[in-house]
Amino acid sequence: MTALLEAEGIGFAAGGRALLADVDLAVRAGEILALLGPNGAGKSTLLSVLAGDRRPARGEVRLDGRPLAGHKPLELARRRALLTQTHEVSFPFPAAEVVRMGRAPWAGRCSAAEDEDAVTAAMAATDCAHLARRPFTALSGGERARVALARILAQDTALLLLDEPTAALDLRHQELVLRIARERAAAGCGVVVVLHDLTLAAAHADRIALLDAGRTVAVGPTGAVLDADLLTRVYRHPVEVLAHPRGGAPIVLPERPREAD
Amino acid sequence: MTTPTPPQTATPPRTPTPPRADGPARDKRPLLLAGLCAALLGFALLAAGTGAYAIPLGDILASLAHRAHLGGHALDRVPESVLWNVRLPRVVLALLVGAALGCAGALMQGVFGNPLAEPAVIGVSSGGAVGAVACIVLGLDALGSWTVTAAAFAAGLLTVGVVYAVSRSGGRTEVVTLLLTGVAVNAFCGALIGLLLFTADTAAISQVTFWQLGSLSQASWAKVLAVLPFAALGLAVAPRYARRLDLLALGERPARHLGVDVERMRIVLITVVALLTAAAVAVSGIIGFVGLVVPHLLRMLAGPGHRFLLPASAVGGALVLVAGDLAARTLAAPAELPLGVLTALIGSPFFFWLLRRTRRRQGGWA
Repeated sequence: MTALLEAEGIGFAAGGRALLADVDLAVRAGEILALLGPNGAGKSTLLSVLAGDRRPARGEVRLDGRPLAGHKPLELARRRALLTQTHEVSFPFPAAEVVRMGRAPWAGRCSAAEDEDAVTAAMAATDCAHLARRPFTALSGGERARVALARILAQDTALLLLDEPTAALDLRHQELVLRIARERAAAGCGVVVVLHDLTLAAAHADRIALLDAGRTVAVGPTGAVLDADLLTRVYRHPVEVLAHPRGGAPIVLPERPREAD
Repeated sequence: MTTPTPPQTATPPRTPTPPRADGPARDKRPLLLAGLCAALLGFALLAAGTGAYAIPLGDILASLAHRAHLGGHALDRVPESVLWNVRLPRVVLALLVGAALGCAGALMQGVFGNPLAEPAVIGVSSGGAVGAVACIVLGLDALGSWTVTAAAFAAGLLTVGVVYAVSRSGGRTEVVTLLLTGVAVNAFCGALIGLLLFTADTAAISQVTFWQLGSLSQASWAKVLAVLPFAALGLAVAPRYARRLDLLALGERPARHLGVDVERMRIVLITVVALLTAAAVAVSGIIGFVGLVVPHLLRMLAGPGHRFLLPASAVGGALVLVAGDLAARTLAAPAELPLGVLTALIGSPFFFWLLRRTRRRQGGWA
């Protein structure tokens, strides 16, 4: 497995507060890396550094072995896509047109038919083909999230950075999104996904990076990172990790005070 | 490393050929644009023939053909002079100013990511007018007949820059922030103009009144030539950014992720907006609501894609001003209504209607 993206010794501060410190992370082709951690741990900040939105004060991010700053914007657009947490579109573009915008970096490189195929496939995969003609601004939160994801998929990049792609979604669509992430990984992409549902991460991720207060507390295979004591410490809430009765996949639950019998 | 091909999806598409979002809409766009052009041509010819001295359509066409060395014939001395020295410069100026305002409105709404951005609403027109008024009142003529245009342009550019810097956050402009910025800029510019008027003589005051009412009655070929380079440059540059403006609707960050150099585009387009607006303001004064209403109407009719919206707004703006100017000088003939008054008179109720309609449809503008 080759490292698609490497971050080394990343430090980032804003408003006099250190948001990231000494973060090392490698994203390999073919894997799903889940980025976990409590609110304010620096997950979104890290994602924007990895995407090249923010230049780290310390350290370096390399994509395909070259520093991010050395890539032209259009080159980057063909290599990595980022799904943001919020999905706003200023004007009532139809959903299909929003997805088609994801093809913009490939203008002149791909035929109109290839573009159209990518748009159609992405919308079908995210279960939003039926929304094609609806204005994006009239869609519900979950529908917007799926159309936005379809746009990212249509961008057809080797690196996918997804910031809470399941936040607005129902149970079925959460599973769908992570299944898509798995398909992309199987096709050779690297996928970084920020999640809050630890059980969801346990079920789908190959590796987990656990962030706390801007530092990576643990990076490793899913089973190793999802440790009850570690999670209890990081989330500042007692956590128990159970094994699924069938298959033994970890199920992470917060401990809840029980009524006395 | 090669880019991976889109993986086969587990879920097959629901229908063999999913509906294209813009199938029927795309079909009607060229038709709409052609209709606008035809209406513009019709109104331009009508305006050239209508007035105290009526000129039949056949004579107009003959004279146009004659001047273009395509046959036809020259008219008698009086109609020829009325047509070429009075009517045509005015029609052409209305066309240029309208196209500039319509296109600037569409661009501005795209750059600000907000359907309420319009040169007059956010104070750019009055900012430009301050430059022009200062020139008139202080008697500056360093650049000859271009001084007023240049001053209006410089002041317009400065105002656009200030409004932009003040009103944006995170790649968008909130409606409240934008409107409050406009209120403040308009108030400030009004005060500056008032201050200048306080020191001005009578001749300067009457010239300044022209700015505030907005009119094309001073039209001449010299004015046409003064606007032409700015308007032509702006109208030529704008469509090159159509696709990138579509992407900007996603927000600054997503647009950047798609390879758009947002900072550069912003600087170019804001300069273009200032160019178009200031050129229009310099020769016609403040003509409000054209840049707001025209792109809005077209977006309702044919969707928000800028590849259509930018040229259509230019043609639509030209149509509105040519027709508006015709109305301004014929409705109360022999007196003439100020064009800016007329557009605001019709534009404002339309604006109310837009606000109410949008609120009903989608709970207001974010």
